[in-house]
Amino acid sequence: MKPLDPRLVRTAAAVRTHLAVTVASGVLITGLILAQAWLLARVVTGAWAGEGMDALGWMIAAVAAVAVARALLSYLAEASALHSAARTKSQLRRRLIAHVTGSGKVWLAEGGDREDGSPRAGELVTLATRGLDALDEYFSRYLPQLVLAVIVPFAVLAVVFWADWISGIVILVTLPLIPVFMALIGMHTQQRTERQWRLLSRLGGHFLDVVEGLPTLAVFRRAKAQAAIIRKVGEDHRAATMGTLRIAFLSAFALELLATLAVALVAVEVGLRLLGGHMDYQTALLVLILAPEAYLPLREVGARFHASMEGVAAADQVFTELDRRRGTTTGEDREEGGAAPVADAPSHSPSPAAAGDIRFEGVGLLYPDRDIPALSGLDLTVRAGEHLLLTGPSGSGKTTLLSLLLRLAEPTEGRISVRAPGGGWAPLERVPADDWRLGIAWVPQHPYLFDVSVADNIRLGAPDADMDRVREAARLAEADGFVSALPDGYGTRLGERGARLSAGQRQRIALARAMCRDAPLVLLDEPTAHLDPENARAVRTAVTRLLEGRTALIVAHDTGWAESALGGNLRTAELPLLSREAHR
Amino acid sequence: MSTETTGAAASPAAGHPKADGRKRRRDPLLRMIGLARPRGGRFALGVLLGAAATGSGVALLGVAAWMLATAADHPSITALSVAVVATRALGVSKGVARYLERLVTHDAAFRTLAEVRVRVYERLAATEPFGRFRSGDLMSRLVNDTEATLDLLVRGLTPPLVSVVTGGATVLFLTVVYVPGGLLLAAGLLLAGLAVPLAAAALGRGPGEREARARGKLSTTLVDTLQGAPDLVAYGAMDRQVARVHEADAELTRVARRDAATLGMSAGAGALITGLTVWGALFLGVLAVADGSIGATALAVLVLTTLAAFEIVAPLPAVAARLGSIRASGERLFGVLDTPPGIAPPAREGLEIDPEADATVRVRDLRVRYGPEEPWALDGVDLEIPAGATVAVVGPSGAGKSTLASVLLRFRDPDGGRVEIGGADITGYPADEVRRVVSGVPQDPHVFASTLRENLRLARPGAEDDELWSALRRARLAGEVEAMPKGLDTQVGSHGVGLSGGMRQRLALARAVLAAPRVLVLDEPTAHLDPDTRDGVVEDLLAAARGFSTLLITHDLTGLDRVDRIYVVRDGRVLQSGTHEELLAEPGWYRAVGVR
Repeated sequence: MKPLDPRLVRTAAAVRTHLAVTVASGVLITGLILAQAWLLARVVTGAWAGEGMDALGWMIAAVAAVAVARALLSYLAEASALHSAARTKSQLRRRLIAHVTGSGKVWLAEGGDREDGSPRAGELVTLATRGLDALDEYFSRYLPQLVLAVIVPFAVLAVVFWADWISGIVILVTLPLIPVFMALIGMHTQQRTERQWRLLSRLGGHFLDVVEGLPTLAVFRRAKAQAAIIRKVGEDHRAATMGTLRIAFLSAFALELLATLAVALVAVEVGLRLLGGHMDYQTALLVLILAPEAYLPLREVGARFHASMEGVAAADQVFTELDRRRGTTTGEDREEGGAAPVADAPSHSPSPAAAGDIRFEGVGLLYPDRDIPALSGLDLTVRAGEHLLLTGPSGSGKTTLLSLLLRLAEPTEGRISVRAPGGGWAPLERVPADDWRLGIAWVPQHPYLFDVSVADNIRLGAPDADMDRVREAARLAEADGFVSALPDGYGTRLGERGARLSAGQRQRIALARAMCRDAPLVLLDEPTAHLDPENARAVRTAVTRLLEGRTALIVAHDTGWAESALGGNLRTAELPLLSREAHR
Repeated sequence: MSTETTGAAASPAAGHPKADGRKRRRDPLLRMIGLARPRGGRFALGVLLGAAATGSGVALLGVAAWMLATAADHPSITALSVAVVATRALGVSKGVARYLERLVTHDAAFRTLAEVRVRVYERLAATEPFGRFRSGDLMSRLVNDTEATLDLLVRGLTPPLVSVVTGGATVLFLTVVYVPGGLLLAAGLLLAGLAVPLAAAALGRGPGEREARARGKLSTTLVDTLQGAPDLVAYGAMDRQVARVHEADAELTRVARRDAATLGMSAGAGALITGLTVWGALFLGVLAVADGSIGATALAVLVLTTLAAFEIVAPLPAVAARLGSIRASGERLFGVLDTPPGIAPPAREGLEIDPEADATVRVRDLRVRYGPEEPWALDGVDLEIPAGATVAVVGPSGAGKSTLASVLLRFRDPDGGRVEIGGADITGYPADEVRRVVSGVPQDPHVFASTLRENLRLARPGAEDDELWSALRRARLAGEVEAMPKGLDTQVGSHGVGLSGGMRQRLALARAVLAAPRVLVLDEPTAHLDPDTRDGVVEDLLAAARGFSTLLITHDLTGLDRVDRIYVVRDGRVLQSGTHEELLAEPGWYRAVGVR
């Protein structure tokens, strides 16, 4: 991994500012280090030669001034680093969010099956928040130290050479050994360390697996025996880890040994030449004080390397994310440009076609990187005002059909045409997606409720709806009763993923959302699948009200309830199973 | 169901008056360090080695300063010989001692971690699984909290002790050289090593909390945006949602930028104290040389030792910054370690259930609640599972059905009433003895990240393959396993992700069949299954359960016409009982929700 990712510098303007500030303060700090060393050597030598406070006073005062200046500089550098880190994180985050929400047609369609989508979403959230926070450390600790590690050793070396070239040579010979040794040992240990981290995470995984499976283990009387296994795995892991650490710590050992030994060699060598009268006391002291300073930044940068690389890794992940998603969409030119006709200009009002007929001709969808199409060769016509019940085993593409109608994906074969009442057939792609969706109310199998008030959840698709309309929608969806019983009624926040409500209640909020949208076309996906009988009954009542006077596509496994609830106006179509693999 | 009992987390000792509050007030950091006590000797050795390493660095500069100052007066070479040897030795000893210190402390910490893991596990094994530690998030956090012990012992325990030892020795040495110099260094080290890190941690707490709040808000909004994306797009609300994310991001950035000034303070303060202490040593030293209280050699030693001494406290600010999060981990860890066990040990160990006795299970006036203030989860339940019969307990979520399974499987003691097997109270037997007779499919049965064979053998260690296949056949999973290229050796992945929901349930069922208990408890076996799979699983369950006494707990009324007796439970009480036909014939909950 590179210590400074060029993509990071290119992308975030804040990074460039930060680099400039860091280099400037690095130069100043180097100057102050040299000044302090010279002043200390000069004052100690002066006192030895019998000079008093009157001669040395200004130099001692200068030491205090250097101390204050260094403190001020450290403070400013740190504060500005955290400042820049905050700005960089925000810039990266916004790019990531824009990318994920903006161009992710394919991704959203797959997200229609939310069981698959959620872990990825969880990872992205962690990356955008805590992951990027690791950049704080990188900006405020690592980068400044990296700059110092470049400037200070050269400056110190130059001064030592000027003062005493023999000591200069000792430092010149030993200093480059440090990066060389670090690289040599680093290369050797990196692989082993990585393997070790994998082992460590596997151990963490094993422990988690066992702890989560405790009830199962207990039921089969294996809980006690497992304790012994945990003990043994832990012990094995310790032995394996220590084996790696013995080598991994060698790099720190070589560094520490070289740095200290070099200082000791310089000290002895200047001491002996001072004794022999080949050198003066002040120069000897200056060299002794400066020698450790040449090695210190290198050691610091090594010590901070690993912690800081987390930040770089997080940034790297963001860039990978940005690249990868772009790759899937532009790679699929069927999706973006090419054959698809250009849509008309959006009018920001519901498309009249949503209130008309819909025709599928040989429609199929094959997601990129999949072998088996999610839907294939579908011929179907839905007439305005009709209620169509779609059945078929899981894997037959029922939900895919809905996401095509929602324009979350475009068909990869065949075409979907629409006809507004009194108009002619037109390809669906021609209708601007936003206008088309304005004419649709969708109730998914697992509706997502947002961590805002109940009212705002209900008016998700109709932000201008007033409270009367919200309450009426809830009443028709059989939701008014339990919503009014919540502590703040319609103002109650629902918590993450609507945690306050039961599955049946969430389904009824989603129905209220659809009522509030007041759209001519309704799409329902397994509306009662996971509900207990009481809730299912309430949902059935609400669905019957919702479908009155609207065109509807209902995906359901269980045909019974829909037929009994909706009666005469219902037509049933069955989708055949596409393949055995799809039906696991 | 016990998901509503999370409130009990606030008072872990609530249900068990015997557990006192004596331990509650001790700092979790001290208690975590207490966990390392069995390895005290190793840690002490680590501290000594660390002190030798840090001490070598300081001594190197002190000795070298003395050597130069002495050489400046051109004495004979013998006057320097000891110093020359010492300087070279110190140049080597620092690296060696540091290397050994790191090995010794890491080894001791890993040993301690292995022990803590077992303790956490054993404690969890003794508490009711469906209670407050249930969710996967909490579990993985607990595992991380356990690992935090390592962090504390390696980074939080040894460095401060090393600083105390080395700092004390250096101050003592300088006091011998020149008393005011020693006192000055003591003040400088205390300020830089103790006051500044603590002040920084205190000052950082406000910004830290503010930032955590802003980050939490951003996190929630982001989760909503990504996971709710289809809903947002379908309802044309994505733009509004992205605007909210930007708002949350702007707030977080604003907070972080405002607090950068506060957080930069500690870096500046550390540099200031170091610089001013060196200046003070120089100032006092020059005055002392001028009035003759110390020699010029002592001045060089004083100044250069002071300069080098701040290396001693260099690691401490990082330690102080970590302690907060380690303490939080410790608090959660001890939250688990302090939880009282879910069941009291039997009066007599080693008691066995008579294998000849009638396996009828009788539940008499069973009452359970999750805390003295909590409502009764089971409020006087009576039911009977005759030997060989299949009995279903149905009712809405939260009726107390799973609490009943919890009591039967000995995850918790009843608070009133009793459960008898063959006429004897089950609380009189060791938990594992009861589970030899009563076993089955717990709620959310876990599939371990291993092979199918290992997952099955869990129920009967050492079972032969033909026994496994026969269990798979009874659970109607044999065909699908045969179709897998690796058969029983198929790795099923973490949580069995390689299997479909229906296969996971059938695997759990095969496991229960393999364990061959006399009473089979099936707790919500069709939860989380899509309707396609659900009906098939129920059918297979009831077929496989033939020959066992079976208790089927479910909120789903499919297939109940095939069980011998149905109990309808609501709010912890039995409302109705009878066969499917009887219950359909009388007015009540069953008929109301059962008719489609």
